[in-house]
Amino acid sequence: MARISSDRFAGLLFILFGGGFVFGAGAYDMGTAAQMGPGYFPRLLGGLLVLLGIAIFASVKTSAGRPSAGSLPWRAILAVLCGVAAFGLLLKPLGLFLAALLLVGLSSLAQQRPRWGEVLLSALVLAGAASVVFVWGLKLPLPLWPAFG
Amino acid sequence: MDLLANLALGFDTALSLQNLLYCFMGVLLGTAVGVLPGLGPLSTIAMLLPMTYALPPVAALIMLAGIYYGAQYGGSITAILVNLPGESSSVVTCLDGYQMARKGRAGAALAIAALGSFFAGTVATLIVAAFATPLTELASSFASVEYVALMVLGLVGAVVLAHGSLLKALAMIVLGLLLGTVGADVNSGTARFAFDVPELMDGFNFVVVAMGLFAFAEIIRNLESVEAGQTVLQKVGSLWPTRAELRAAWPAALRGTFLGSLLGVLPGGGAVMSSFASYSLEKKLAPHPEEFGKGAVAGVAGPESANNAGAQTSFIPLLTLGIPPNPVMALMIGAMTIHSIQPGPQVMTSNPDLFWGLVASMWIGNGMLLVLNLPLIGVWIRMLSLPYRLLYPAILLCCAIGVYGMQNNPVDVLLILPFAVLGYLFHRLGCEPAPLLLGFILGPLLEENLRRALRLSRGDPTVFLTRPVSLVLLLLAAGLLLAVLLPKVQRGREQVFVEED
Repeated sequence: MARISSDRFAGLLFILFGGGFVFGAGAYDMGTAAQMGPGYFPRLLGGLLVLLGIAIFASVKTSAGRPSAGSLPWRAILAVLCGVAAFGLLLKPLGLFLAALLLVGLSSLAQQRPRWGEVLLSALVLAGAASVVFVWGLKLPLPLWPAFG
Repeated sequence: MDLLANLALGFDTALSLQNLLYCFMGVLLGTAVGVLPGLGPLSTIAMLLPMTYALPPVAALIMLAGIYYGAQYGGSITAILVNLPGESSSVVTCLDGYQMARKGRAGAALAIAALGSFFAGTVATLIVAAFATPLTELASSFASVEYVALMVLGLVGAVVLAHGSLLKALAMIVLGLLLGTVGADVNSGTARFAFDVPELMDGFNFVVVAMGLFAFAEIIRNLESVEAGQTVLQKVGSLWPTRAELRAAWPAALRGTFLGSLLGVLPGGGAVMSSFASYSLEKKLAPHPEEFGKGAVAGVAGPESANNAGAQTSFIPLLTLGIPPNPVMALMIGAMTIHSIQPGPQVMTSNPDLFWGLVASMWIGNGMLLVLNLPLIGVWIRMLSLPYRLLYPAILLCCAIGVYGMQNNPVDVLLILPFAVLGYLFHRLGCEPAPLLLGFILGPLLEENLRRALRLSRGDPTVFLTRPVSLVLLLLAAGLLLAVLLPKVQRGREQVFVEED
């Protein structure tokens, strides 16, 4: 989205979402107004969203649009997403303590120059605190350690 | 003297040792998290919500309400001491609160904010108690036609009060409504947009959506802006306001309370709206308006009272009609459904202890804020100086554990991620995520009532215009929408929110 104004992009996004819902709802029974099927409401709103998207897209004045959105902070986005995904997927096999270490470590990659000593220390503290608060204190049924540790 | 009997029942419930304890915990945790820069009440509640899963429903709601007030006061602390609004309702507090702090009157500003909030909380609690019963009676006479009209009014209200482009806010609401349709259809049981993912059969979980759109998107946003060395004002000064300060504060607090109580009830209203409105009112009424922005006491007392009053009276539509007037209340609805309480007029009759206990706990919570926060101010200052690079992994961890703990299902954690990206993207595109959340929560309710209304009318849509209550509500909605389109109002609306950007 380097050259496109953010308003145009927003319009396109809404058109895409609305269209997607209209298209997806095609598989469901439409019904009538008196006996609405599961497809009625989504199709109605999806159509409305497409119209709104078109209006947003069209209302951009070619020269006076908001400046383009610029580049995305990929590093931060990826680090946060990977950290949380890894935590979710590995909590069961690894247990809370190790999964928490992993989450803190991976999400620290979002910083330009992580101070690794500090990261390790805070990871240990956070993992320990989370284990105490959630497993011991709030008694959430989470595994604390790997199953075959 | 029904009111007194009801309040007695409420205090009886709220004053049980267990509930007092949870109220206290809520206020404490809410302040502690809310004081962290960049964490608003929505993110705070979303993050702390999992702690209440295991509690009995009354205790859970009391704790959540406590978290809400705590988070709001925490935001004010941040605003006054660091000039960083943790949330939009304390943006206004930054203007004069921080200036007072720079003059060495931080302590007085904090005390005035706390006292004003407590006063406003007391009045607002009484208002909630007084209006709850008649409104509930009115609401029980509503059929699905009226409900549809009411929800339309609520959604339009959210659009009008969102800042930024009207079209975008409308589109966000519609998108929210659409996301609400994901999952099994109530009437036919057809799985809609579930893509054979079993976890999607019940639809997106609202905690997942709220966390992704607000908490996670906020973190990515904060990480992007390079961590600037914030200067926390360490010198708080005397906590006691001088006589002159008190004299300037109390009329402003009184007006703020009145204004906030009124605006809190309106759809789309609540804390943010109230504080902005009160600030402009005080500025207009002040004998020396040029002092505003330079540490005017009334500029702290008014908005702080208003936002607390608004925060409380916004519980009225939630508790009596089952319709959330703003995103925070939408989260509360979600919390109630987790404890299998269907919000709406029947709550008062089916769970009177919950209803009145919650009302009473509002006042108790506000009292605790007052006693708790002033002595603990040193602790909050220390929390404020924690660098963000240490904070955000902790927030992520709390959120991830909370979502996982809902159903012990890793898929729930993964489902946050698309919403996080979407939330960040919307921020970049200038689209407010709050209307989307409101639409998402109201979507299933709206669809169900719309279908029922049209089934009863045999598909005749004029039914919404022939029933008087519904007609009035829809006309109000249309009027609101038209009013925003008028150039004069539009300019005023931009002005109200201009200080926020």
